[in-house]
Amino acid sequence: MPLDVEQEHYKVRVRGTPFHERTAALNLNNDWQRWAGYTVPNSYFNSELEYFAIRNAATLYDVSPMIKYRISGAEAEAYCNRLVTRDVAKLKPGRVAYVVWCNDAGHALDDGTLFRLGESEFRLCCQERHLDWLLDCALGFDVAVEEVTWDIAGLALQGPASCALLRRCGLEGLEQLKPFDVRDFDLDGQKLSISRTGFTGDLGYELWMAPEAALPVWDRLFEAGTLHGLRPAGSAALDLARIEAGFILPTVDFVPADQALRHTRGRSPFELGLEWLVDFGKGHFNGRRALLDEKKKGSQYCLVGLDIQGNKAAPHALIYHGQNVEVGQITSAMWSPTCKKNIALASFRRPYGDSIRTDLWVEIYVLKELKWDKLMVRCKVVDRPFFAPERRRATPPGDF
Amino acid sequence: MSAGYDVAIVGGGHNGLVCAAYLAKAGRKVVVLETAKETGGAAKTEVFSPGFKVSSGAHLLYQLHPKVLADLALEKHGLKLAADDLATVALARDGAHVTLKGPSVEGVSPDDARAYANLHERLLRFAAALRPMLSQVPPRLGEGMGLADKIALAKLGWSIRRLGRVEMREFLRIVLMNVADLAEERFESDLLKGALSFDAVLGTHLGPRSPSTVLTLLYRLAGEVSGGQGRIALPAGGMGSVTAALRQAAEAAGAEVRTGSPVAQILVEQDRAVGVGLDGGEVVTARTVVSNADPKTTFLCLLGARHLDAGFVRRVHKLRSRGDVAKLHLALDGRPEIPGLSEAQIRGRLVIAPSIMEVEEAFNAAKYGEASAAPAMELVIPSLGDPSLAPEGKHVLSAVAIYAPYALKAGWDRTRESFKQRLIDRIALYAPKIEQQIVAAELLTPIDLEKRFGMTGGHWHHGELAVDQLLMNRPVPGAHQYAAPLPGLYLCGAGAHPGGGVMGAAGMNAARQVIAREKR
Repeated sequence: MPLDVEQEHYKVRVRGTPFHERTAALNLNNDWQRWAGYTVPNSYFNSELEYFAIRNAATLYDVSPMIKYRISGAEAEAYCNRLVTRDVAKLKPGRVAYVVWCNDAGHALDDGTLFRLGESEFRLCCQERHLDWLLDCALGFDVAVEEVTWDIAGLALQGPASCALLRRCGLEGLEQLKPFDVRDFDLDGQKLSISRTGFTGDLGYELWMAPEAALPVWDRLFEAGTLHGLRPAGSAALDLARIEAGFILPTVDFVPADQALRHTRGRSPFELGLEWLVDFGKGHFNGRRALLDEKKKGSQYCLVGLDIQGNKAAPHALIYHGQNVEVGQITSAMWSPTCKKNIALASFRRPYGDSIRTDLWVEIYVLKELKWDKLMVRCKVVDRPFFAPERRRATPPGDF
Repeated sequence: MSAGYDVAIVGGGHNGLVCAAYLAKAGRKVVVLETAKETGGAAKTEVFSPGFKVSSGAHLLYQLHPKVLADLALEKHGLKLAADDLATVALARDGAHVTLKGPSVEGVSPDDARAYANLHERLLRFAAALRPMLSQVPPRLGEGMGLADKIALAKLGWSIRRLGRVEMREFLRIVLMNVADLAEERFESDLLKGALSFDAVLGTHLGPRSPSTVLTLLYRLAGEVSGGQGRIALPAGGMGSVTAALRQAAEAAGAEVRTGSPVAQILVEQDRAVGVGLDGGEVVTARTVVSNADPKTTFLCLLGARHLDAGFVRRVHKLRSRGDVAKLHLALDGRPEIPGLSEAQIRGRLVIAPSIMEVEEAFNAAKYGEASAAPAMELVIPSLGDPSLAPEGKHVLSAVAIYAPYALKAGWDRTRESFKQRLIDRIALYAPKIEQQIVAAELLTPIDLEKRFGMTGGHWHHGELAVDQLLMNRPVPGAHQYAAPLPGLYLCGAGAHPGGGVMGAAGMNAARQVIAREKR
């Protein structure tokens, strides 16, 4: 009996994305990063300049490796509602929602975006792979779940000029897309699905297409983008933008519960600052009973934004109360050129970071010509996002 | 809409009735809803041919829990034993049978006899160390572990430690090993080794060389009946009389028993079980729902995965619950003759398991989805001591046979007749005239057992009795203390600790949990 599985896959260990031919040609640094079995550029020419292009012009970022699942069937809505903590019944076709989903203990497995493409069709995009969990969640539901990661190529076009650029390509009515809308468009005969979503906290769009359409679309965008200052951007630049936007990243800002070896490393949505995503009123969902219990008893941790004194970025630094009691740890940090602030995301042991927000200190080690300087500087808890320009919400967006 | 009850029990098997009786005695308003026309589940006496009755599911009583027997005054409610302390006879083709009864064994060398007495005594002691666990709620481990859990765990540890240093070491050495190694360490008689293997694997998807088959043997020996540990008895009137007594006890305590009332679903409101819906639409409301159905039926069919967390559903879904046992009933127009057996012996439990290898080979087939070519069997002729089961001068023979896998590759429809004949031929090796005496024969495959008794996979323990599905892992973590993750729902059947066999401990323990956790 012939096996219905790929048997030659091991000959290619890491794949290029459908845009590889173009991204490789532009990657002057030859700087690559692995992402879910693919390579994507970490930087193309200079990650700082790429970052500034995100904030001041327009950038293309290859998001094809993003894990994508198609969820369809008569009970797709009920299925999604049991999967994630938000009320999916409120999500209309043509809309996208930021979601988080939990295991039985109420610990987050991942976060991602849920696209409602039709009454009974959804697409879930996320960083980690979850097919086994999603299939087990399908027990007892009239629903089909399949991984479509390699069937859909993705490009994130982000930056203030992104809307103007797409309109120059002749996409009629694009400016009417509100944040978290998704609609189908036609770009010179190529079918595109465009969502007003992104990971930069800026004006931006994500373009979804068949792999065959990848290169023509890339070329068309660059052709139209010259006047708008379009640049390719790598993962390093994107990471700076996402910290300014205050977005959390699985495996960086929290450990997905199914990857945590220690049960205590799991984090609930309440402990990740995602309580606004939890809807107890919608009926049962995975982790609901544990989360209700946590709500009653109180959460152990919290995740907050920090403004740190000075200009030395503090990745992975420890945080102290009164300079001597260890109370938390920084998960993501950067000097923000746009905010002109030393910002960070940090996980605290409550009540620190929650009700106790004074007398907090960050211990930063700085290597200066092979000599470690140890700084103990003040920090204060601030609201996220750190950077939230009006243009990210404005509809229609301004014409830059 | 029916009047509200304190407790609705889904299924009137023996555990459901035990649970109902305890709850009713505690003053709860209880209704038992049974699909079949009679209560009893797989503990039932049924007519399979005009004039011939047999225990259609379980046919021997190993371990009706003494506390259940006493608390519910089952003897007052009509429970009587037709035979008590049955011998086990390992049948030999040449008539040199081996008889085991308590610590004594006849028909083997003096060395074997001594070794057997020694092992028997030791196994009973080990089993006794496990026995207190039967009537206990298994402890919850890890997060959320309470004082009661720590005490329960400490008690188990202590009862093993109390065996003494040497015996504890021996216990720990053998508890997870396979029964074949244990038997081969000690005995030379193939029949003796075969019979011991058979006892260890009966009702499981394990062969004599599968790890942890000593534990299943200990489990069997942990029970007691008629005041003796590891004894075997036959209830007068078949297993149905046990459930009849239980039903009487439950009704006397005030429980309402409704037969012919199949539960279609467990109803949920505000994240709590609030009653059940019957086939035909009737709704029975109750503050608490207790399910005697197996875990898969309860959680995946009656309740539905959507009311549960996916990790829990995953565990229930993966529960191993495919039966491997077939049941054969023969109506005989005369007394069966087995050369070489005395009157006392033929009234005992007759085992066809000539050697470890034959049982292991019978299991090999089951591994690959085939029925055994030479099945191992256990026969009883209950009519010899209980004339109520057959017309005068006639007899019934009840047999269980392994291995008859639920998911048979060839399908049971195509295999049923040939397998039935295979079993009859197998018996005929020992009782040469049996074929001419057969008036009627009924074979119940795991598929039939599933259909008739509503047990997933036709598994008479509602899920494998294996080390990873016992104690705090039974049926799955998250439901091992009888309470389901859904508030107001409990399990009381064989799928819960301590498992199958007509024991009643699961029903008793579940009732205790309901009384402790659910206010009236």
